[in-house]
Amino acid sequence: MSRPPVLILHASGTNRDEEAAQAIRLAGGHPRIAHVNELRSGAVRIADYASVLLPGGFSYGDALGAGGRLALELRTWFSDELALAAENGKPMLGICNGFQVLVKAGLLPGPMGEPRSVTLTENAEGRFECRWVTLRVESACRSGWLGAIGGMTIRCPVAHGEGRVAVADPSTAARLEDGLVAFRYLADGPRPISNDPVLAGGVYPANPNGSVNDIAGICDDGGTIVGLMPHPEDHVFDWQRPSGPEGGSGLPLFEAFVAGAR
Amino acid sequence: MTVRIDVTAPDDPRGAHVVANAPLVGVSALTACRVTRVHHVDGDVTLEQLTELCDQVLVDPVVDVRVVDGVTPHEGRAVEVALMPGATDTDARELEQAARNMGLPEIRVVTARRYDLLGELSDADVATITRRLLANDTIEIWTEGELPAEFAGVAEADVRVEPVPLEGLSGDELLRLSHDRVLSLDLTEMEAIQQHFAAEGRHPRDAELETLAQTWSEHCVHKTFRAMIELTHTAADGTVTHSHHDGLLAALRSVTEELDPPWLRSAFVDDAGIVAFDGEFDLAFKVETHNHPSALEPFGGANTGVGGVVRDVIGVSARPIACTDVLCFGPADLPEDRLPEGVLHPRRIRDGVVAGIGDYGNKLGLPTVNGAVLYDEGYTANPLVYCGALGILPHGSHPTEPQVDDRIISLGGRVGRDGIHGATFSSAGMDASTVDHVGSAVQIGDPITEKGLIEVISRARDDQLYHAITDCGAGGFSSSIGEMGEKLGVDVDLSAVPLKYPGLQPWEIWLSEAQERIVIAVPPGSIADLEALCAAWDVEITDLGTFTGSARLVVRYGETPVVDLPMDFLHDGIPRREMRAVWADTAPNNIEVPPLDASHVLRLLAHPNVASNEDIIRRYDHEVRGGTVVRPYVGPEADGPADAAVLKPLGTVGTKAVVLSNGICPAVGHHDPYAMALLAMDEAVRNLVAVGGDPDQVAVLDNFCWGDPTKPDRLGSLVRAVQGCTEGARRYAMPFISGKDSLFNEFDGNAIPGTLLISALGLVPDLHRAIDSAGMAVDDDVWFVGEHQAALGGSLASEAFDLGATTVPTPLVDPLPRYRAVHAAIAAGLVSAAHDCSDGGLAVAVAEMAIAARLGVAIDVPADGLDAATALINEAPGRLVLTASPADRSVVSSILREHGRRIGSVTADDSIHLGELVVPLDAAVLANTNGVVV
Repeated sequence: MSRPPVLILHASGTNRDEEAAQAIRLAGGHPRIAHVNELRSGAVRIADYASVLLPGGFSYGDALGAGGRLALELRTWFSDELALAAENGKPMLGICNGFQVLVKAGLLPGPMGEPRSVTLTENAEGRFECRWVTLRVESACRSGWLGAIGGMTIRCPVAHGEGRVAVADPSTAARLEDGLVAFRYLADGPRPISNDPVLAGGVYPANPNGSVNDIAGICDDGGTIVGLMPHPEDHVFDWQRPSGPEGGSGLPLFEAFVAGAR
Repeated sequence: MTVRIDVTAPDDPRGAHVVANAPLVGVSALTACRVTRVHHVDGDVTLEQLTELCDQVLVDPVVDVRVVDGVTPHEGRAVEVALMPGATDTDARELEQAARNMGLPEIRVVTARRYDLLGELSDADVATITRRLLANDTIEIWTEGELPAEFAGVAEADVRVEPVPLEGLSGDELLRLSHDRVLSLDLTEMEAIQQHFAAEGRHPRDAELETLAQTWSEHCVHKTFRAMIELTHTAADGTVTHSHHDGLLAALRSVTEELDPPWLRSAFVDDAGIVAFDGEFDLAFKVETHNHPSALEPFGGANTGVGGVVRDVIGVSARPIACTDVLCFGPADLPEDRLPEGVLHPRRIRDGVVAGIGDYGNKLGLPTVNGAVLYDEGYTANPLVYCGALGILPHGSHPTEPQVDDRIISLGGRVGRDGIHGATFSSAGMDASTVDHVGSAVQIGDPITEKGLIEVISRARDDQLYHAITDCGAGGFSSSIGEMGEKLGVDVDLSAVPLKYPGLQPWEIWLSEAQERIVIAVPPGSIADLEALCAAWDVEITDLGTFTGSARLVVRYGETPVVDLPMDFLHDGIPRREMRAVWADTAPNNIEVPPLDASHVLRLLAHPNVASNEDIIRRYDHEVRGGTVVRPYVGPEADGPADAAVLKPLGTVGTKAVVLSNGICPAVGHHDPYAMALLAMDEAVRNLVAVGGDPDQVAVLDNFCWGDPTKPDRLGSLVRAVQGCTEGARRYAMPFISGKDSLFNEFDGNAIPGTLLISALGLVPDLHRAIDSAGMAVDDDVWFVGEHQAALGGSLASEAFDLGATTVPTPLVDPLPRYRAVHAAIAAGLVSAAHDCSDGGLAVAVAEMAIAARLGVAIDVPADGLDAATALINEAPGRLVLTASPADRSVVSSILREHGRRIGSVTADDSIHLGELVVPLDAAVLANTNGVVV
């Protein structure tokens, strides 16, 4: 089977792009890490790729709020290409800083150009936090490519300071609950997760940042664009998982992402 | 026009943080704090354009409110804080760039923060909160009310090069000149310079004097470590010996040459030591200190400390893959009246240092995986910040020979007045006026620029675009270019150097320690490829001149001569010091150890040097790069401290992994610095072995932080510690591959405890066999490796229970057989968990394993002829606790042989049984995680 080409977008300050590339490779895709400058110069074109991944890090140092400047660049320079990619059903995945960029750019939950009513802001604890969490892929999520792994749990780390999903008003929260919530934080515990896992219920540290309704990730109306704060790319080998709660690898997420690009 | 833009997030948790910390600085009336980000924008833009810019990039519509062209109405008392003009203001630069991206006219931006303080606050309260929590006078200005926008002035270029006459100056006058210009040179050195220029028949130029001071600084040339030293040592038994030491550094290097293992690639010659990883890759490792800057501006000091050591690793062509940090602070609960004038409180230093380390490491995408935090009143005015970096490079890929006609290329950050005199500043003691004199030595880092350097250098290395590389650190260009051109000579034009702002004199450009710069020697034919690479990765590239073959250091500003010195005088002209050292070990004593009860064990677990540092560790990303196998905290609740970190470098194949560990025991050094060195080396090795590391391939780094070496007692303990290091390297067959000394850690004449950090780098043959301290199962056997000693000098228990012990443990003479036995058992997959006995002895080791695993443990305390209390709390070297399945009992026994004995088992009981003594597990958890003893 052919390996779909996956564009991994790097802006100055991006990291975890190499791990993302590793995960894409393991999942059967063909990753290409490209700097935004290469897109601007035309050396690399979004149209030549089957899907786009925005990895973690601190793009441009997150000086204007996490992901702010890269979001501005996407809106200013690449909005047409991104709209075309979405129209063609190309999966797009933003992880951590990449998720922040997609939200700040207005692509998540979208549509771009509407006033933003969802954001990612300072963790409730007021500080950067690195720890392993448990996620559930929401079966009710309308994302087509994510549907293949609906209901699965994933153990992986979070590592962020601005990861709290916040909404402007109750109607936005209700809108997200209508199939746009892609991942939620589950309650942690030393024992294996039962068949009927319990949500974190907003309780720190299972919900590590105070996100509303334990939301760890969302998708757009069309379901092609997905973003999440935790790092499934850091759990693709068994040896990466620390002792503690059971929970699956992040690899199936990347397999679904790559499969969605075929 | 200049427009003010205010952005406020009403629920900003930073405000809550200020409220939570106010009582700790003695203000109880603060009820709320609101934080506003202030931006002053100057430029030919319309209000409409600015509003658009603001809404596009500054304001998060979900959580922020804004005021454009106005001031947010005050609530309560409002204080504004801004960086001093000229300091790195990243937010301002990013906003200027965002305007460019949006196609707006050029703007200039300065930023500030406003704090609205609510509550019944007196003027004194506002001043206290501001000084202690909101602003740092070293780098910031503040006022109650509004700060006017201060744009850095557009100064004229200042190309003055001034002669500094030395002719006819007396000894006193030479010393005064050295002091006034912060040269930190002594009389012999000043006289050597005087004679050199007398022979040349001219005055030295300012930049020449500064270049010599930098190159000859303690920081750069390690004068003390190269000196000839006469030591008079009085042993604990009163025996007096006199010895001559022909260079401490030479002694450390000679053991490495003597051991010369086949896996050693490079030691002591470059910015970092290099050892083999596998057939394809090598590992580079370096640990630096950034103590003085961290004392004055903890965030910036630690921030640039990480940046500096990471550049050391880039400077040997390696890609950085991990960071370490070991921190020594004064007590977090130090009473205000014990705080010396001009010193920041240890709690503030700690919080700033931790934030600075996290900020830089996290933004570079490097996991911070191994470290330690020690508290002692001796570090109150002189905190220690050890920052380490590990890197990886393809074997044989690091070029080290510049060629004649190669271009001198600088990559990375721009040059400002920041960091001038850092090298000479770190070679002197501090007092309350230090801030006024050397505020410019403190800087704020820019990790994103450094990240660009990592990306460019790893690619330039693979494409073989350069012949030599070095980090631009202390001394700036004067040190980096001076060292790189030592054999060939160079011709440098400073007018090419990009500046943060105009107005710098040539000597300032030459000396500036502005961060995030690397210098490489590039053949002319490779310049175009390098420029393309730099353009793609947003890295600024500057051609500064040529490697000439003249054997002279020639620096110009355009056509104006700035420096013209022969390389041999610069590098070999420094007179070698002759120094005197005296040391007397503390006489041993016999002390009465009271019987222990559970509360003693809980007090040890709650001691700041043992209690959990999870609050700190979780601010560091220890997962990025996806290679972390054993992380800082382990076990089902992720709160058991790991002995060492294990990493599988991204992109390597096979099962090999890297292990990083450390050893540090300054309390022993107070009595016997020689023993301290050997015990610290033992601690580093047993930590490394405990997670599965192979004791037969360990490389170590030394880091000596000491007081003023011109005082014979400080130097005496330093020489004894070095003697311990050389002896330890032989006993453990463990070469030193690099090191660092930070001397002059004194405040008002009081020295820190002489502190040696040993950082160890080793390998785990199979990452699937790496273990931690939490992996045991109920009914597993508990094994004890090693023997106790009655010596409690320097132990945690002696301090915690005020025992006054002075007899320190005797170091191991032949340590490797036991560590090989333990490693064999772990490598065979027979050991479910392992933990070393260090601070707090066997009692703390067993309790920490129980906490980590959330299981009970029951042991019979092996006595070795001692009372039970001494057996539980002594800190003799070479001891570990292992657990293994009872099914493997006979095979474990046959591997551990005489080194191990079975002392108990893991239980499903919720308590820790140490012989007769019973500690409830939940009480142990509470003591260790919250410092609460019930």
